[in-house]
Amino acid sequence: MSSGPSTYVPASGLTRWLDSRLPLMRFAHDTMLTFPTPRNLNFWYAFGAILTFCLGVQIVTGIVLAMHYVPNANMAFDSVENIMRDVNYGWLLRYVHANGASMFFLAVYVHMFRGLYYGSYKAPREVLWILGVIIYLLMVMTAFMGYVLPWGQMSFWAATVITNLFSSLDQIVPHLGSTIATWLWGDFAVGDATLNRFFSLHYLLPFVIAGVVGLHIWALHVPGNNNPLGIDVKGPQDTLPFHPYYTAKDAFYVGLFAILFAYLVFFAPDFVGNPDNYIPANPLVTPADIVPEWYLLPFYAMLRSIPQKLIGVLVLGGAILTLAFIPWLDTSRVRSSRFRPLMKQFFWLFVVDCLVLGYCGSKGVDATVPGIAMIPLVWVARLGTVYYYAFFWLIMPIVGLIETPKPLPDSIAKSVLGAHAAPAE
Amino acid sequence: MRFAIPLGLVLGLALAAPALAATGDQKPLKDVEFSFEGPLGTYNRADLQHGFQVYKEVCSACHSLNRVAFHTLSQPGGPGFSDAEMKAIAAGYKVLAGPNDKGETVDDKGNALTRAGTPADYFPPPFANEEAARAANGGALPPDLSLIEKARAGGAHYVYSIITGFGEKPPAGFTVTPNKYYNPYFLGWNISMPPPLSDGQVSFVDGHPNKIADEAYAVVTFLAWASEPHLEDRHRIGLGVMIFLIVLSGLLYLSYRQVWKDAH
Repeated sequence: MSSGPSTYVPASGLTRWLDSRLPLMRFAHDTMLTFPTPRNLNFWYAFGAILTFCLGVQIVTGIVLAMHYVPNANMAFDSVENIMRDVNYGWLLRYVHANGASMFFLAVYVHMFRGLYYGSYKAPREVLWILGVIIYLLMVMTAFMGYVLPWGQMSFWAATVITNLFSSLDQIVPHLGSTIATWLWGDFAVGDATLNRFFSLHYLLPFVIAGVVGLHIWALHVPGNNNPLGIDVKGPQDTLPFHPYYTAKDAFYVGLFAILFAYLVFFAPDFVGNPDNYIPANPLVTPADIVPEWYLLPFYAMLRSIPQKLIGVLVLGGAILTLAFIPWLDTSRVRSSRFRPLMKQFFWLFVVDCLVLGYCGSKGVDATVPGIAMIPLVWVARLGTVYYYAFFWLIMPIVGLIETPKPLPDSIAKSVLGAHAAPAE
Repeated sequence: MRFAIPLGLVLGLALAAPALAATGDQKPLKDVEFSFEGPLGTYNRADLQHGFQVYKEVCSACHSLNRVAFHTLSQPGGPGFSDAEMKAIAAGYKVLAGPNDKGETVDDKGNALTRAGTPADYFPPPFANEEAARAANGGALPPDLSLIEKARAGGAHYVYSIITGFGEKPPAGFTVTPNKYYNPYFLGWNISMPPPLSDGQVSFVDGHPNKIADEAYAVVTFLAWASEPHLEDRHRIGLGVMIFLIVLSGLLYLSYRQVWKDAH
C-alpha cells in the first residue's frame, strides 16, 4: 500500500516471529493505524465508516434471523410473524434488519453523491469508483431478494414484476427473456422454488459485498483518499495518521447515525415499509399499487415512464450502468465541485432530479402533478429521466470543457492551517 | 427551481382537498388519539380488556385472530389478565383436538373432535376454511385481524374510522351495491361488512361507557396490541437505547475534539 515504508515495529518475540511469517499485524498497523489521510476530510467522508457499520449490522442480524426464518412459501410469512411475536427479541432483530436496509441505502446514496460532488471518481481512482458501483449493484440485488423473503403481498408482487422485466428480452430474441425468467424462478411462476433460491442468494451476496468492500478499500489505499479540495496530497504536512484522528472522527459520526437508526427502529419501525407486506402473499390478488422500497423509486419511475417495456428495462439498466462510465465522462481537470461554479449548479439540480424521480415513482400510474391536474406525473418522470441521462452523457463532458474553474489552493495544509501552516505535523 | 417544489407542494395541498370528493375516494380518516401512539405510548390495560370483550362478543363471530395465542393475554405489555383469568378464557374456547385413542379426528357424525383450549393454543377461527367464511358472508372474506392494524394504511385510525364510519348518508348520485353497506372510509365506499357495533351492544362488567365510539376505541386498542404485542417493550428499550446513544455520542464528540485540538 502506498502509505510509504512501513513503520511497524513488532513489540514482542511472538509478533516478531509472526511478522516474518505472516505480516498480519504489520498490515493492520499500516492500513488502519498509520495510514496517511488528508487532514481536511469533512463530515461527508464519514460515510465509508458508516457503511461498514451498516454492513456489519445487516450481517449479524441477518445470520440470527436466518436461524428462525423458514424459506418455504407456505411457512415464510408465519415464520417471520413467529420471529416478531415469540422469538426472544425477534422483533428487535427484524426491525433492525429491515430498517437497516433503508439506513444502508441512505448512507450509500450520501456516499455516492459525495463522490460525485468532490470528483472522487477521477484519475487515479477510477477502479475505486467502479468497485463502488459494483457494490451498489450487489446491494440492490441483495435488498430486492431480502424484501421478497417475508412473502407478503408486496414481496410476492415485487418479485413477480422485477423478474418479469427479463421477459421483455423476448422482443430481441424470441423466448430469450421468458427462458431467463423461468430459469430465475425455477418454476413457471414466482413460487416456492423462487423463494428458496432468493434466500440462498440473499445469504450469499452480503459476503460477496464484504469481499468487494475489501477490494474497494484496497483500491482506496493505493492512491489514498480524495478530499474536499480535490487536490493531491503533496507531503506529510497534508495528512494525519488514520488513527487516532479519523477513528475518533468517524466514531462520532457513526454514533450520530446510530441515533437516527435507533429512532427508526424503536419509534417508527414500519415508517419505510408498505402495509401490504403484512398481508400474506396471494398470487390471485394483485395489490392496487405495486411499489418498491423508497431507495429504488427513482429507477422505478424511469421504468414506468416509458410505455415500451423493453426500452423501459434498458433505460433502467442503463441508468445504473452509466455510473461506471463517469470517470471518463467528466472531462474537467478539476476534481472538486467546490471550484467548479457551473458544475456545482448542475450537481444540485441532479440531486433534486433524483428526489423528484423518487416522488414520481412513489405515486400511482395515473397520478398528476399535485394541484395541476393537467400535467400527468409520468411526464415529470420522463423529464427527470432525460435530465438523469443528460447530466452524465452531455453536461459532464461539455461543462468540463467550457467551464472556467476557480483557482485551486496550493496545498491542503495551507488551506486548512492558513498562513501559519506548520512545516509538518 | 429552488422554490418550485415547495410551491408545488403548497399549491398541491391547497387544491387536493376539494379534489377528494371524487366517487369512491377514501374520506380522510378520523383523528382519534390513542394511548399507544407516540414514542413512549403504552396500551391502556382497561381498554385492552374491554377491547378483548368486544372482539370476543362481536368481531369473532366472523373474524379470526389466528396469530394470537391465549398465553399472550397474561404476558407483560398485554391486556394484563392474571394467569388464572387467561386459563379460564382459553378453556372457554373449543379448539380442534388431535386424533383420539382410535386415531379418529371426527366423531360418528363426521364433526371434528374438539377439546377445551389451553394457554398454548391460538384463538380458534369462526369458520373451518375460506369457502365456509365466504359462503356465510355473501361471498366476502372477513380478514384475519391479527395484523389488521399493520396491514392497512392509517393503522388504528383506519380501523377506528371503518367500524364507526357507518350510517352516513351516501352523496347524491351514489347508489350502494345490494348487500353492501355505505362506508366513506372504505375505498370504493361499498363494504361487505354490516355495521358491527351499536350503542350498548357490549356490557362491560365495570360499567365502562358502551356507546359505539367507546366500544370501537377499546377494540381498536386490543387489535393494535394483537398486531404489535411487543410495542411497550420496544418503546421502553428504545428510550434506554436513545439515552445511551446520545451520551455515547457526546463522549465520542469530546474525544474527537480532544484528538483534533492540535490538528487545526
